[in-house]
Amino acid sequence: MADTGTITAPQKYNEETLIEELGYDDHFHDHHHGDKYQSSFIFHYIFSMDHKMIARQFLITGMFWAVIGGLMSLVFRLQLGFPEESMAWLKPILGGWITVNEAGIGTLAPEFYYALVTMHGTIIVFFVLTAGLSGTFSNLLIPLQLGARDMASPFLNMLSYWFFFSAGVVMFLSLFLSTGPFSGGWTAYPPLSALPQASTGSGAGMTMWSFSMVLFVVSVLLGGINYITTVLNLRTKGMSLWRMPLTIWAFFVTAIIGLLSFPVLVSGILLLILDRELGTSFYLSEIFIGGSALDHVGGSPILYQHLFWFLGHPEVYIIILPAMGIVSEVLSVHARKPIFGYKAMVYSILAIAFLSFIVWAHHMFMSGVNPFISNFFVIFTLIIAVPSAVKVFNWIATLFGGNIRFTAACLFGIGFVSMFISGGLTGIFLGNSAIDVQLHDTYFVVAHFHIVMGIAAFFGMYAGVYHWFPKMYGRLMNETLGRIHFWGTLVGAYAIFWPMHYIGMAGVPRRYYSFDNFQAFAHFDMINKFITVAAIIVFALQVLFLINFFYSIWNGKKLTTKNPWKASTLEWTTPINPGHGNWPGRIPTVQRWPYDYGKGGNDYISQITPEQEWEREYDEAH
Amino acid sequence: MATATVENINKGRSKIHPQKFALIIGCASMMMMFVAFTSALIVRQAQGNWLEFNFPSIFNYSTIVIVVSSLTMHGAYFAFTRGSEFFYKALLITTAILGMVFIYLQYQGWLEMNADGIFLDGNPSGSFVYVITASHAGHLLAGISTIIMALLHAFILPYKVTPRRKHRFQLVVWFWHFVDFLWLYLFVLFLAAY
Repeated sequence: MADTGTITAPQKYNEETLIEELGYDDHFHDHHHGDKYQSSFIFHYIFSMDHKMIARQFLITGMFWAVIGGLMSLVFRLQLGFPEESMAWLKPILGGWITVNEAGIGTLAPEFYYALVTMHGTIIVFFVLTAGLSGTFSNLLIPLQLGARDMASPFLNMLSYWFFFSAGVVMFLSLFLSTGPFSGGWTAYPPLSALPQASTGSGAGMTMWSFSMVLFVVSVLLGGINYITTVLNLRTKGMSLWRMPLTIWAFFVTAIIGLLSFPVLVSGILLLILDRELGTSFYLSEIFIGGSALDHVGGSPILYQHLFWFLGHPEVYIIILPAMGIVSEVLSVHARKPIFGYKAMVYSILAIAFLSFIVWAHHMFMSGVNPFISNFFVIFTLIIAVPSAVKVFNWIATLFGGNIRFTAACLFGIGFVSMFISGGLTGIFLGNSAIDVQLHDTYFVVAHFHIVMGIAAFFGMYAGVYHWFPKMYGRLMNETLGRIHFWGTLVGAYAIFWPMHYIGMAGVPRRYYSFDNFQAFAHFDMINKFITVAAIIVFALQVLFLINFFYSIWNGKKLTTKNPWKASTLEWTTPINPGHGNWPGRIPTVQRWPYDYGKGGNDYISQITPEQEWEREYDEAH
Repeated sequence: MATATVENINKGRSKIHPQKFALIIGCASMMMMFVAFTSALIVRQAQGNWLEFNFPSIFNYSTIVIVVSSLTMHGAYFAFTRGSEFFYKALLITTAILGMVFIYLQYQGWLEMNADGIFLDGNPSGSFVYVITASHAGHLLAGISTIIMALLHAFILPYKVTPRRKHRFQLVVWFWHFVDFLWLYLFVLFLAAY
């Protein structure tokens, strides 16, 4: 029956006429609106309510933070790799945080080392991989791929960006405090975060950290409300839930997770602020500080950890699910094959989302949680391996036998799968409480989460940027530079984090400023130097990406066709530079699922093409 | 402009209005904040070192007040749709007043706790009551401000039942029912815990 595809369906139709014939008229242009707030520079580029502009705002702000967070990691990597070298040359940038002795040797202040680690975590987790990833692509793709004119509430959408921006401003200012930004770890555990006298960063730095986080949560909630409402209410005709691209499924579920978990963080931080400012005892008890007991009675620091990780664990899926959705779409398009196991992909997203809420205490195996309760969390943590493995299997099966076009986007998609496997496997080690007790405070954990949610999420983001850049700017990014960026980053990222598994298993503790006093770890100094050099090279490659990105915005190759990747989803039926409202005339209606690639000998069949007669025979035969 | 877009897209469809849907989702996330507070309370109580005290009886009265306010609110909505302008305005004002009475009673409850020597910065058992009731009062104040908006509509605009005004009024009604339901949840939990 393989020859039934000799009837070449899509050629019969022209996409333009399809939208005109089958699309529906929502009288969008009968009303005078929309361009009102696009006409001036300020409302077009700054206080924009257009989802495509807001997506670009999120992306570029995310890039700014990625550079800051990345540079911070280089500074503390220099300290770890080359503790004897003078850092006096950083004095002009870091100022008082570098102390220079009479001999001219500059050393990094230990408090600032902790501030750097804390800020690196906070910035990358929240500002880059939550706002920069989910904020960018949810905003860009939800209306475009669902056939909507814009988000349900463009105004809330704008507020969402500006709350994120304000959160960033507060966090950025905290970097310039004379006592430094918060330095008690990105998880902000009390008592370090609850006692202003605990460390230099615990005073004003912590106050600004908590204020910034509350602003950030408001941004996530406003965004999330919009994403969910848009997905459930503003889909075009024919776009049933089971016809949504996997990107949308991922963003949708991500928004639900965020909406249910971020308010819990607000509660946790609110109680923390009360402990700090008003003397309550939610987290603080009569511990001894400087020889005398605190006034606080009966607080439980573990309570904070529960509240924090009830957000914190879903947060890692808030980061990774959008990347998974992007990769599913990108792999299918560039392998010219339907995604393997579409429904299994959706159900595994839902399963991961559900499980993400009942595994939080696996971050607390070392916090004195009852071992019997730990068993519960161990079991559910290990069960997450099942939907994750389903997804990995489906990605590989999608690639298998595909007519793969190794574009930069596709390479990063494949790289994501590689990273997700490598990082996911070590998760099975760490999910067991007995092994975790040994590995928890070592570099093994650092290697695990950087690969599985740091590098993997960045790869998903890069796949998305290379793939949807034409939709964002009407131009293409340079492919050669993109491939150099990919191969360098892939090799470099493994070079950074693979050795960390070994030093972690050897027991090298994380969070240490220096290993000078620990003879047992002295022979790892070559590995530490190697990691630092690799990190510098990888960072340089990301600068290459930024150059490519910004150069291409103005000077990239112009698109000559609406659909450069020959993808079947709706965003590629819009004009090359879609204006406000996305489609100039009617809204397209959806006739089929989004993954008809290579069907009956047709390269691809757009979602707006009606079902043909031959397809009925074809579907029965396959 | 923005809302026009939304309404255009939704024209001719029986789906729930996106703003209403957004409100429900928003309420779900507010609910999660209180779920977090109350779970923290339950977990903390189970750890011991928990000061027992008499839960202020005045909260019983505030509970009655807020339940009644929900009924008057719904009455105002019925009066609005059935063309009874007088009851619409009267019940709406009553609801706003009951809302303020509720806040006043909560304040009296805090004073009563204070008089019993239960302070915000004492044993967490008391702090939880202060924090949770104050957070709820904050949400209730937001509800009162939406009622004030509805009152402005009621008294400035000429009385007319249009789909748009009905829709806006429904948003206010739903949010008010939510803060009412939220209090009932918290109240039952307090009764169980104290």
